Amino acid sequence: MAGVVVLKPGMLTTVQDRGRWGLQASGVPVAGPMDPLSHRIANRLCGNDDSRATLEVTVIGPDLQFEEEAVVAIAGAEFQPRLDGADVDTRGPIEVKAGARLSLGARARGARGYIAVSGGFDVEAVLGSRSTSLIARMGPFGGRALTAGDRLPLAADRARRIGEIRNGLGVGPQIELPDGGARLRVMWGPQDHLFADAARDTLTSGRYIVTPQSNRMGYRLEGPTLAHGGSADILSDATPLGTLQVPGSGLPILLMADRQTAGGYPKIATVITADLPMAGQLVPGDWITFEPCDRGAAAAALRAQEAIFDAAG
Amino acid sequence: MSDFAIRHAGDAAVVIDFQARLDPAINARAVQLARAIRESQQAGLRDVVVGYHSVTVYVDPSVIAGNALDSWLAEEAGASRGAAPVSDRTVEVPVVYGGAEGPDLGAVAQFAGCSERDVVRLHSGQTYRVYMLGFVPGFAYLAAVETRIAAPRRQTPRVAVPAGSVGIAGPQTGVYPMQTPGGWNLIGRTPLVIFDPGRAEPCVFKPGDAVRFQPLDRWPG
Repeated sequence: MAGVVVLKPGMLTTVQDRGRWGLQASGVPVAGPMDPLSHRIANRLCGNDDSRATLEVTVIGPDLQFEEEAVVAIAGAEFQPRLDGADVDTRGPIEVKAGARLSLGARARGARGYIAVSGGFDVEAVLGSRSTSLIARMGPFGGRALTAGDRLPLAADRARRIGEIRNGLGVGPQIELPDGGARLRVMWGPQDHLFADAARDTLTSGRYIVTPQSNRMGYRLEGPTLAHGGSADILSDATPLGTLQVPGSGLPILLMADRQTAGGYPKIATVITADLPMAGQLVPGDWITFEPCDRGAAAAALRAQEAIFDAAG
Repeated sequence: MSDFAIRHAGDAAVVIDFQARLDPAINARAVQLARAIRESQQAGLRDVVVGYHSVTVYVDPSVIAGNALDSWLAEEAGASRGAAPVSDRTVEVPVVYGGAEGPDLGAVAQFAGCSERDVVRLHSGQTYRVYMLGFVPGFAYLAAVETRIAAPRRQTPRVAVPAGSVGIAGPQTGVYPMQTPGGWNLIGRTPLVIFDPGRAEPCVFKPGDAVRFQPLDRWPG
């Protein structure tokens, strides 16, 4: 069967769909894209629905060889993509011929790009999802990052020409990317009541740096320490996407796509859905400031973001 | 006044929190509530996770949010009042205790001031409750371990704990479903495959189950 062969894997390239939802009660991590918005944009550009699997590429992109023709789209961080050595315009879908080589190059801004192909990468689903969970070693290729020589199957019924795409986005919307750092809006909780009174002010007035001990599971942050009201150990409960859990050190950890399903540290605040894509574009060394936000503002921010797709509809 | 709190974890998750203690009756209520929420067929529902004394509900915030979300969950939580801490089923876990399979059995015996055989007797003489799962697929947090053998976590976690290892950490006991780093005291190992994505029911445990460990003389086969 026709496929896409990985010539060079880049720094960290994984297959992701919307995530392995519904099994966290059994301890199965969700995984999924770090920047879910760009994952969707890439899919929509080549006429796919949001559920199709894309490649998430990190900082240094892969080199891919297409054995058969397909329509491809790239979204997310700015890379320097080349098709058979020539620059390509990635604002819209791209036709790739059989035998062509697509290289993403290094990122110029942001951290993670998404490569979608018409029909989606047709790898085998595990427990209903094609997402790669590196911590659980679950998903395509045994839940590992791609390596040279891997072959990604293409769907037989895919669009091969841009003209065959139905309901595509046409031109990709501009998304915001971090410029050395980002302001992320948070809602308090679920356990802000377990912190000292001053901790909330400390979190939102300080500046945090993403440390090198950061990955798809979460970002360990350096910055002002947050004082617990009592013990830093709690009886374990669920660890939502974007939550800031604070272990005994007082330094928060921002939990990201490949987080464990549960943990035993209090969680002071949680990044709102509309700002998770921006969080997913951060790299070690970037700064973060946290701004408090209520539910109304979170809902309005999400509506504004979703309008990207309505306008294109 | 209600006996639960509704807490927000951003705009895409809500925690229904009961009294924060290790109590089978409170956990049973969480299990019952989680089931009711799962069966509700609510549009936008993504996942429901049981904690020791809480239920976390994940939603798509572009489908359900705000007061509609809170009042629905408050209604479900109110209706869950008064669950009996009864398990639907008992899972039997065969264990080879000590030796290479349980390298910390001696240390736990020392902690307890008893023989290794006593540790095995105390650990396998108890029925445990699955309070929740987490950490890795299939890892069940079981309690409560008999106080005498409730040895705290090791100072230095192991880099690689073999799959099937049975450990103790304070009042909790559990089985490592896959090879991972881990800091629990390893007292034995089971040949039972705890989690297999290829099975119709991938995980042998679910929250609310009763669990008993059965000593095996030797590793099968």
